[in-house]
Amino acid sequence: MATVWVFGDDVDTDQIVPGRYAPYMKSESELGKFPFIEARPEFAREVQPGDVIVAGRNFGCGSSREYAPRALFIAGVGAIVAPSFARIFFRNALNLGLPLVQADLRGRVVDRQPVDLDLARPGLRVNGEWLALPAQPEWLRLAWAEGGIIQYYARHGRLPVEATS
Amino acid sequence: MAERAMTLAEQILSHAAGHPVQAGDLVIVEIDRCMSHDSLTPEVIDALQGTLNTERVYDPSRVAVMIDHVAPAASVATADAQVRVRRWVREQGIPHFYDVGAGVCHQVMIEERLVAPGQIAFGTDSHATAYGAVGAFGTGVGSRDMALTLASGRNWLRVPETVRVQVNGRFRPGVSPKDLSLYLCGLLGLDGADYQAVEFHGLDWLDLDGRETICSMTTELGAKAGMVPPTGPAVADLDVPEWLGVQPGATYAREIVVDLDSLEPQVSVPYSVDNVVPVTDVGEVPVDLVFVGTCTNGRLGDLRAAAEILRGKHIAPHVRLLVIPASHRILTAATADGTLSTLLDAGATVGTPGCGPCIGRHMGVIGAGEVCLSTANRNFRGRMGSPDGRVYLASPETAAASALAGRIVPATTR
Ligand code: SF4
Repeated sequence: MATVWVFGDDVDTDQIVPGRYAPYMKSESELGKFPFIEARPEFAREVQPGDVIVAGRNFGCGSSREYAPRALFIAGVGAIVAPSFARIFFRNALNLGLPLVQADLRGRVVDRQPVDLDLARPGLRVNGEWLALPAQPEWLRLAWAEGGIIQYYARHGRLPVEATS
Repeated sequence: MAERAMTLAEQILSHAAGHPVQAGDLVIVEIDRCMSHDSLTPEVIDALQGTLNTERVYDPSRVAVMIDHVAPAASVATADAQVRVRRWVREQGIPHFYDVGAGVCHQVMIEERLVAPGQIAFGTDSHATAYGAVGAFGTGVGSRDMALTLASGRNWLRVPETVRVQVNGRFRPGVSPKDLSLYLCGLLGLDGADYQAVEFHGLDWLDLDGRETICSMTTELGAKAGMVPPTGPAVADLDVPEWLGVQPGATYAREIVVDLDSLEPQVSVPYSVDNVVPVTDVGEVPVDLVFVGTCTNGRLGDLRAAAEILRGKHIAPHVRLLVIPASHRILTAATADGTLSTLLDAGATVGTPGCGPCIGRHMGVIGAGEVCLSTANRNFRGRMGSPDGRVYLASPETAAASALAGRIVPATTR
């Protein structure tokens, strides 16, 4: 079963993947081992596909480095739930197909609790309790469903926003 | 075009969309300028070739590529990546290419007039908000976003709400634009302008250097764009489109008033940019390294301000002073006017124009337990090297005064 990882406010991209661990400095194939390598090494070691990050405000603030969300994506993070995201991080995740859901679940989940994520409904089951997540705009769901905006564009020659406007 | 008064961001995005838009709208617009640097260009190439199957970029003349983040290369891996970038630039016929030593990407964009008032510019770097110094809508994107833009010439944007900052008065001696930016970071917090634009009013008199500092630092508020209206002597020689200008009555999400006459030197305390106090309240903080440089404060005016304070003196024992001019042009000008020799006489070392240790990769990273006072823009844990090092952020004036004192002090109480 997947696990929930709880983080605070203003998790910055230097924490997620320090600049020294960029693919430019190391190699792309190692990237999946690097999320939170210094800020929270047990995350880097133990994160499993499908795990959910529940965080506070402004997740992903800082630089434009796409390798920060990509490291989380490669590590298999199923979704990040936070009351707000930094804008470049939000776009990068959307381009990769890493689901970000705007909701405040702090206080409703405990760090390292088992979790079941259902993005279709959408919501989480934690400790037998169903925590509903807000429904997403159609264009956003299209982007997730096809592996991110860039994959969507490669396939359809247009942006998901254009498909729904 | 509009009956309704608009913010600068709304004006630029309306012009690009071809119809009036307002905050909250999603638009798809042509992107006038694209800037990509060595750190992310290899990933851009991967996405273009691997995912988008794009052989040619849409319009090479709109693209600028810079080698600044690890310049010169610090390892075989970075050297190899740069070889790949150079080859791709040649293949694509990208005319605007700036190799090792030209300077920090944002500085070069503005200095070389690669971005102009009223344009929309994307950069693979969050501090692309700096282009608001010339009245452009500059914003940072990641590598796949850039690849998509290079392939199609366009991208989507949500029209941002705007925070209006009314600035009154003038900086006192020893206080400079960085102090205004740090003060705003402390006031508004790291997400104080998330998804928003920031417009600065009352700065007609401010030079281009100061405008760049202020606009680039809006990124630390989470802003999508930061702009000084393109009026005043600093931008007199730029071509400002007639449709671009402050429109009284535009709707702002929030208004903030800052009085420069009472603004004191500020310092950001690790490990967060918005952890800001007046320098006089920081306590006894001995410094190991003082770093003057970066896209925030590595300009000629910054070097001169530091040199003025250091003239005829010498930095404290056990302190290292690293100066990295933000561009080759700045290095040349600082050499010609004697600024550089003043800094060298005071004990500075000088690095190749570029990002230097700002992102913790080379040319002066810090070790465990070390304290750096930097004129850069970020002090997150691990940003400049060891996660057990500590980075304080301040103005060039405070940096110079602190290098002399060996601890963090304001320039005003020398
Ligand atoms: S100087 Fe620092 S903040 Fe500016 S572009 Fe380079 S790494 Fe980024």
